[in-house]
Amino acid sequence: MKPPVFDYRAPVSVEETQQALAEYQADGKLLAGGQSLVPMLNMRLARPAVLIDINRVTELAFVRADDGGLTIGALTRQQALLEHPTVQERWPLLAEATRHIGHRTIRNRGTVGGSLAHADPAAELPAVMLALDAVVTVSSTRGERQIPARDFVVDYLTTALEPTELLRSVWVPALPPRTGWAFQEVSRRHGDFALVAVAALVTLDAAGVCTDARLVLTGVGPTPVPVDLRQTLIGAAPSPAAVAAAAEAAQAAVDPPSDVHAPAEYRRHLARVLARRALTTAIERAGGTE
Amino acid sequence: MVEKRPVTVTVNGQVRQAEVEPRRTLADFLREDLNLPGTHLGCEHGVCGNCTVLLDGQSVRACLMFAVQADGHEILTVEGLVAPNGDLHPLQEAFWEHHALQCGFCTPAMLLTAYEYLQQHPVPGSDEEIREAIGGVLCRCTGYQNIVTAIRAAATKLTAAGPAPASRSVAD
Repeated sequence: MKPPVFDYRAPVSVEETQQALAEYQADGKLLAGGQSLVPMLNMRLARPAVLIDINRVTELAFVRADDGGLTIGALTRQQALLEHPTVQERWPLLAEATRHIGHRTIRNRGTVGGSLAHADPAAELPAVMLALDAVVTVSSTRGERQIPARDFVVDYLTTALEPTELLRSVWVPALPPRTGWAFQEVSRRHGDFALVAVAALVTLDAAGVCTDARLVLTGVGPTPVPVDLRQTLIGAAPSPAAVAAAAEAAQAAVDPPSDVHAPAEYRRHLARVLARRALTTAIERAGGTE
Repeated sequence: MVEKRPVTVTVNGQVRQAEVEPRRTLADFLREDLNLPGTHLGCEHGVCGNCTVLLDGQSVRACLMFAVQADGHEILTVEGLVAPNGDLHPLQEAFWEHHALQCGFCTPAMLLTAYEYLQQHPVPGSDEEIREAIGGVLCRCTGYQNIVTAIRAAATKLTAAGPAPASRSVAD
């Protein structure tokens, strides 16, 4: 369980990082918090020729909020995000979901950008970023581009990032008033990977009519699964029957795998139950009664 | 053969230097190069938590970091909990008094994880919160109950002794 031989570069700026990525192309692999990559190295599942360690690129570790939204630098540690007062106050869904990532010791090292770029099928942050309609900024020596969260994770452990691109930050828009949120997860033990997790956001207008609702599931397939709620919740004041219908839609939207942790049937069951619980809580927090 | 790199770290208050291959994990560096075998290796892929050390006061898994990444940083291992005169740290005393170790393999990681938790929560929360705090370290003897009891007892001892940290190192 020792990592294979690799060469090591430790750039101290975004520019140096981009140059290193351009130099090594597919032979280079970015190392951020290392909480997923280093296990893969130790188990010899990954054998990059060169590790490009961005832990000294301090310009990538920041959390900035303004009226329009929240920008999170890629090297922001998950624990720092979780403890950030503005995140807790204005984007509590992010803080609540991040609390489910591993254990504190993992979150002390694990980064926001690393979690997104790794795109584990049971990871919390890719699902939550999808629910929040986030936009990822990536760059290389050829320039910068923005990728909406819905286009970012394309398959199992696969994102829209090119081998020479660096994930720099993720932007999360401000939430409208009267938006409720919830994150529900079931895992074998706290800190384990999610068997199924659900992120929900519900926005009501002054009359209590649902104007927007988002539901994203993770742990149910190769990528996070968004559920279309236009036929069930959006456009009317939420009722228990509408929530039940939305939860049925969530169950119908997933085609989860069976593995050593849980059979597909149990995951399908969890998809419905967690969707119902998350939507119910989100509606309450938005000021509705369900 | 990849060129070795110089690494300078402050471990338990002492500046230590060595030349290492980039693939040398922090855990192996501490154990093999610095002769500090108190940092235990269980799974070596970030599941068991037994290699936990504090990096600049924050718990990290030493099997998931490379020694080159620790260059310029400060590390506390279990060997650094003991006072210079040999007195056990109040956490260690509490673990002893409350039988919070059976085989002892997870003890260094439990102590350091508890140390971080008590730095942030001098008055610990519920037993459930303490269990969540130590959730990243597996004890295969399953002796968790006495570990929780010992952490609570140590907190009482530490707060009675005053706010000064009893350890000799680590930036808070």
